[in-house]
Amino acid sequence: MIQHPGILALLLASGLVSLLLMAAGWQGLRILRGWDLHSGSEGQLDLERRTYLVSTLVANALVIQILSLFLFIFTADGLHTQFVGAMCAAGSLAADPFGYPTLLAKIATCLLAGVWLILHRADTQGYDYPLIRPKYVLLLALVPLVLTETWLQARYLMGLKADVMTSCCGSLFGQGRQGFAAELAGLPHQIMQPVFWITFVALLVAGLVLVRRRRGAALFSLLSLAFLLVSVASLISFFCLYIYELPTHHCPFCLLQREYWFVGYPLYGTLLAGAISGLGVGVLAPFSARDSLKGILPRMQARLAWVALGMAALFTLIVGIWMLLSPLKL
Amino acid sequence: MIELIEVMKTYQAGLATPFTAVDRVSLTIPDARLTVLKGPSGSGKTTLLTLIGCMARPTSGRIHLHGLPAGTLPALQAGDSVEITSLPERFLTTIRRRTFGFIFQQFNLVRGISVLENVLLPTYPMGLDHQEVEGRAVQRLEGLGLARLIRSSVDRLSGGEAQRVAIARALINDPAVIIADEPTAHLDSRLSEDFMELMGEFRAAGKTLLITSHDPIVYGSPLADLVVEMRDGQIVAGA
Amino acid sequence: MRAPIQRYRNILDFALSSLLRRKGRNLALIGVYTLVVFVIASLIFFVQALKREARELLVQAPDMVVQRMVAGRHDPVPVAQAEAIRAIRGVEEVQARLWGYYYDPVFGGNLTVMASEDPSLAAEAVWIGQGVARSMRVKEGDLISLRGYGGLPILFTVQKILAGESELVSSDLILMSPTDVRALFNFPTGLATDLAVTAGNPRELPTIAAKIVEQFPDTRPILKSEVLRTYEAIFDWRGGLMVVVLGSAILAFIIFAWDKATGLSAEERKEIGILKSIGWESSDVLLLKFWEGSVVSLTAFLSGVLLAYVHVFFFSASLFEHALKGWSVLFPRYQLVPVLDGYQLTVLFFLTVLPYTAATLVPIWRAATVDPDAAMRS
Repeated sequence: MIQHPGILALLLASGLVSLLLMAAGWQGLRILRGWDLHSGSEGQLDLERRTYLVSTLVANALVIQILSLFLFIFTADGLHTQFVGAMCAAGSLAADPFGYPTLLAKIATCLLAGVWLILHRADTQGYDYPLIRPKYVLLLALVPLVLTETWLQARYLMGLKADVMTSCCGSLFGQGRQGFAAELAGLPHQIMQPVFWITFVALLVAGLVLVRRRRGAALFSLLSLAFLLVSVASLISFFCLYIYELPTHHCPFCLLQREYWFVGYPLYGTLLAGAISGLGVGVLAPFSARDSLKGILPRMQARLAWVALGMAALFTLIVGIWMLLSPLKL
Repeated sequence: MIELIEVMKTYQAGLATPFTAVDRVSLTIPDARLTVLKGPSGSGKTTLLTLIGCMARPTSGRIHLHGLPAGTLPALQAGDSVEITSLPERFLTTIRRRTFGFIFQQFNLVRGISVLENVLLPTYPMGLDHQEVEGRAVQRLEGLGLARLIRSSVDRLSGGEAQRVAIARALINDPAVIIADEPTAHLDSRLSEDFMELMGEFRAAGKTLLITSHDPIVYGSPLADLVVEMRDGQIVAGA
Repeated sequence: MRAPIQRYRNILDFALSSLLRRKGRNLALIGVYTLVVFVIASLIFFVQALKREARELLVQAPDMVVQRMVAGRHDPVPVAQAEAIRAIRGVEEVQARLWGYYYDPVFGGNLTVMASEDPSLAAEAVWIGQGVARSMRVKEGDLISLRGYGGLPILFTVQKILAGESELVSSDLILMSPTDVRALFNFPTGLATDLAVTAGNPRELPTIAAKIVEQFPDTRPILKSEVLRTYEAIFDWRGGLMVVVLGSAILAFIIFAWDKATGLSAEERKEIGILKSIGWESSDVLLLKFWEGSVVSLTAFLSGVLLAYVHVFFFSASLFEHALKGWSVLFPRYQLVPVLDGYQLTVLFFLTVLPYTAATLVPIWRAATVDPDAAMRS
C-alpha cells in the first residue's frame, strides 16, 4: 500500500462515515421497533429524542461523504505519477480493479444520503411523523451500501502498488480501445449531442408540468436520473473536448484541475445537487396522500423541482458557453 | 381555553418505583382569567404547569388548546382546536413560543449577558427582523420601569428587577397565556403586591393567567378567578 | 427566506458570545486542538516541500542514466558505448559523466567530486559548494589538499565557491576538470562513471532503454521518471508513516475532545436548560453547539496551519530536525520554498477537524435534547 497521508485521510473518513451511519442505523432499528406516537411513555419520548441524533449523524455523514468524494478523485490524481502510463486520476483508478467501483459506490452513497435528508425534512414538516417508517427503512438500506463503499475503497487503496503498468486516459478513453470508459468516449458525438439536448428539454418540460399542474412527479424524477447519466456520458463524449480543446482527450477528471479553472467542480456539483433534488421529488411522491403532508408535499416537490431545473440549466449554461467560445469545432 | 382530560404524568427512568406526579387530572383553564394552582411542594402543580404550557408531554390523557390564532401552526384556521399530546417537539415548541410566556420561580436568566439580550433570547430561533423585535423589547422594558438597566448585566440586578426582566422576556412574543411558577417565592410582601397588580393589568388586557403558589397574597387575591387546590398529584378542590 | 438566514445569524451570535463567556475552558481546548493541527500540518508541509524540491532538482537531471553492472554492483562504463547508444533512433544526445565520492577523513563525510567541462574552470582548481567551504573552513583563493587514490595528496586552488541558491544541489559538491578527476581517483582512461542520455521525445524512453539493454546486457538504464516516482513514493511512505505514528496523538486528542464535550459544566447545562425552557427547540440547540464547534475548529485549524507554515518555512522545521536528520540526503540547511495547496489543507482537515466533529456529535446531542422542563424541576 502507498502510505500517503491523503490515503490515510480517506480511509479515516470512510471509517468515520461507516461508524456514523451504523450508529444511525442502530438507532433507526430501535425507533422502528418501539415507535408509538400516541403513547406518552418515557420510552416514546426517548425515541423521539433519538430521531434528532439520527438526522444529525446522517447530515454529518453526507457532508463528509461529499468532501471525501472529491478528495478521493484528487488523491487518485495526485498518485498518477506512481503508475507508469497514468496521466491523471483516470489512470490511477484503472490501476486496480476496485478503483472505479469505489468511485461509483461513493457517488451512490452521496445520492442516497441526500435523498434521505430530503425525506427527513418532509417528515419533520408533518405533525405526526408521517414518514418515520419509510425513512428508517431507507436508512437501513443505506448502511450496507456505505459499508460496501468503505470496503471497496480500502481494498482499492491498500491494493495500490506503485509502478504498476496501467493505461493512461489517452488509451483508456481513446476511441476504438477496450474497456468500459472507452465505450463512452467511443459514443460518437453525433448521437450524444441530440440525446443530451432532448433529455434536457424533456426535463424542463416535465419540470414545468410538475410545478404548474402538480403532476408527473415520478416521470420528472426518472428524467432527473437520466439527465445525470446522459450529462456525464456527454461530458466524456464531447463536452470535455471543447474544454480541453483537443479532439482526443476524453478524460472526465482533468476538468477538476487548475489549468481548466477547476470547472469540474461546478459542473459535477450542479449535477450532483440536481440529481439529489430530482430523485427527492420522486421519493416523496408515494406519500402525498398522507393527511399531515397533504398541503406540504406538493410545495416541497415544486421547490425541489425548481432546484433540479436550476442546476440542470446552470450545467447546460456552463458547457454551452464553453462550447460556443471554444476554438475547437467538431 | 385549555382543556385537560384525564391527564397523567409518570416518571420511571432510573427510579425503583415509578413516581406519578400528576394523577388523572381533568381541568379547564378559562380564557382571560387568572387561575391559581395551590398546594404544597410535591403536589404536582409545577408538573401540571409544564404540561399545560406545552413544555412536557403527558404519559396519558389529552390536552386540547382552543381558540389559538390562525397560523400558529401551518394550516391552522382561527377557531380550530389542537390536541397537543402527540405533537412532535418541533410543533409543540412552535405553539409554546407563540402562545405561552413563562415566568420561572428561579427567574432563569442567562448570566453574563445583558438584560436586553435575555429578553430577546426567545426570539433568536424564530429569525425575526432584528430591529422590530429589539424595539418591542425596549418598549416592554420601559413599560416595566427597567429603561436604565437595558444594557446592564443581569448579574447585578435585585430580586424584583430580575423578576421584571423575566416578565419582559415572557411577554416578548406577545403570548395569549402567561404562566408563572411560584412568582412571589423570592419577594417581600410589597413586591408581591406589586406583582399581583401587574398581573391584574395583564388580565384586564385580555391575557389568560395561570399561577402556581402557596402564598396567600396570590391565592387569596381578589383578582384570582379560579383557585384549584392540588395534593399528591390530584385536584382536591376548585375544578 | 429571510427568517432561516436570520435564525442562523442569531444563533451564531449567541454561540460566539457563549464561547467568549467561557474563555478559560475553551482556550484549553483550542490550545490542544491547535497543537495537534500544528504537528500534523508541519509534517505534511515538510514532506510536500521536500517532494517539490526533489521534483525541481530532477528537472535538471538527464532523462536517462546508463550504468554498467558487474555482479550486481555499479562499475565504470566504457566511453565507447556512448557512440553506439547515440546511434539508437530517438536518442538526441549522450554524454559521458565522470564523477565519484570522495571521503574526507579530516572533516568526516562524503563529498561528491564531479568533472566539469566549463572552460573557465582552470586546471588544478576547484569550484566548491558552500557546505564544503564551511566544513573545510576555506574561502576563495585558498588551497585545499585532497588525498589522491595513488596515495599522494594533490593540491587544488579554490577558484570559486558556488552560489547559495543552488545549495540543495551543490552543497557537497567539488567541481574540477576531467583530467584532475582522473588523476584524483586513478580513473582509467576510456571509462566513465555513467552515461547521461537525452531523448528527443520522452515517451520513447522506455523503448530506448529496452534497446540499450538488448545491445549491452550488462547495463542498467535508469529513467528520470523512475527516480522521481521512487522519491515520491519514499516521501509519501515516510509521510504516511509519521501520520500513523501520530495516530496515537490524534486518538488522544479525540478522547480529550469527547471528554470535554461530555463533561459540560453545571453552568452550561443550566444554560441549555434555560434555552429549552424559553422556547429553543432541540434543533436550535444543536445548531448552537454546531456553531460553537465550528468556531473552535476554524480557530484551531487556522492557527495550527499558520504556526506550521512559519515553523516549516521560516525555521526549516527545526522542531523535527533531530527526529528526521537521517531521513534524506536532501535534508536542507536552507529555507524550503513555501508550498501550500488546497489538497494538503483538505487532507489536514480530514485528519483533524473530522475526527473532532465526529467525537463531539453524541455528547452534543445528549446535551441538546435535555427536556425543557428540566430547568423547572431543579
